[in-house]
Amino acid sequence: MFNIISLISGLLFGFGLALSGMVSPGKVIGFLDLTGNWDPSLAFVMGGGVLVSVISFRYILKRPTPVFGREFKLPTRNDIDKHLISGAVLFGLGWGLGGLCPGPALSSLAYGNPKIFVFVGAMVAGIVIAKILTGTFRKEA
Amino acid sequence: MENFTPYSSLIGGIILGIASTLLLMAGRIAGISGILSNLIPPQTDDTMWRVLFIAGLLIGAAAYPVFGGDMTFLDVNPYQLSDNAHFVLLVIAGLLVGGGTYIGAGCTSGHGICGLGRLSLRSLTAVMIFMAVAIVTVFIMRTVLGG
Repeated sequence: MFNIISLISGLLFGFGLALSGMVSPGKVIGFLDLTGNWDPSLAFVMGGGVLVSVISFRYILKRPTPVFGREFKLPTRNDIDKHLISGAVLFGLGWGLGGLCPGPALSSLAYGNPKIFVFVGAMVAGIVIAKILTGTFRKEA
Repeated sequence: MENFTPYSSLIGGIILGIASTLLLMAGRIAGISGILSNLIPPQTDDTMWRVLFIAGLLIGAAAYPVFGGDMTFLDVNPYQLSDNAHFVLLVIAGLLVGGGTYIGAGCTSGHGICGLGRLSLRSLTAVMIFMAVAIVTVFIMRTVLGG
């Protein structure tokens, strides 16, 4: 059941990213280009998403266990450390350069553009390099 | 503002919120960078749901034009660079996005839609930083390229 829910969630997520315009780097750059020909559309994506999550998450997390699973696996940290800040800076830099974040990049592999494969390959390499540098590249027992 | 698409973007965003809600009902956060990075390398007993979620992303995105969705807005090379320059840019951007989201523990989905939904101060901080840095990066790129 858990795996089927995950597949359905992914399906909705990929469709939502395409419909919203997030899969287009041009649309993303247009949103980030405040001083140019600004396109505010993507504020509506984040707005719509958070509008739903901020309401639904309250009710879901009131339960001791999830509806479709044994336990919640949620982030537990609430400190703002140098990794959070430096990681967000690096991500913002990459997002502004390529106009792609991880969800839209993976989703638009479906459209077969070789440039997206280049980006996703580099993104995977970036994860591997970051894991090696932080000493967390390993297979857990 | 000729490219402004408030309705499709809002409905798309609401669908992202519903997808995140569904995965949280299964106990997990719909953070794409985390779902991907924990597959590298794959961990015992924690692989199938991640693979299925990512497969869902591709199928869902592929379904959009099949159901008559307009794809004319798709613009992969917004800075209008030459093929070689664009290749180099995408490699650098990909390395930064992969490394940055791993170190910073989240991206637009995990820190954005889910983290803000949980009212996490960590996520709010991350979102404000990566948005601000991305806006400055685009401004510098536009200025350097004279666009």
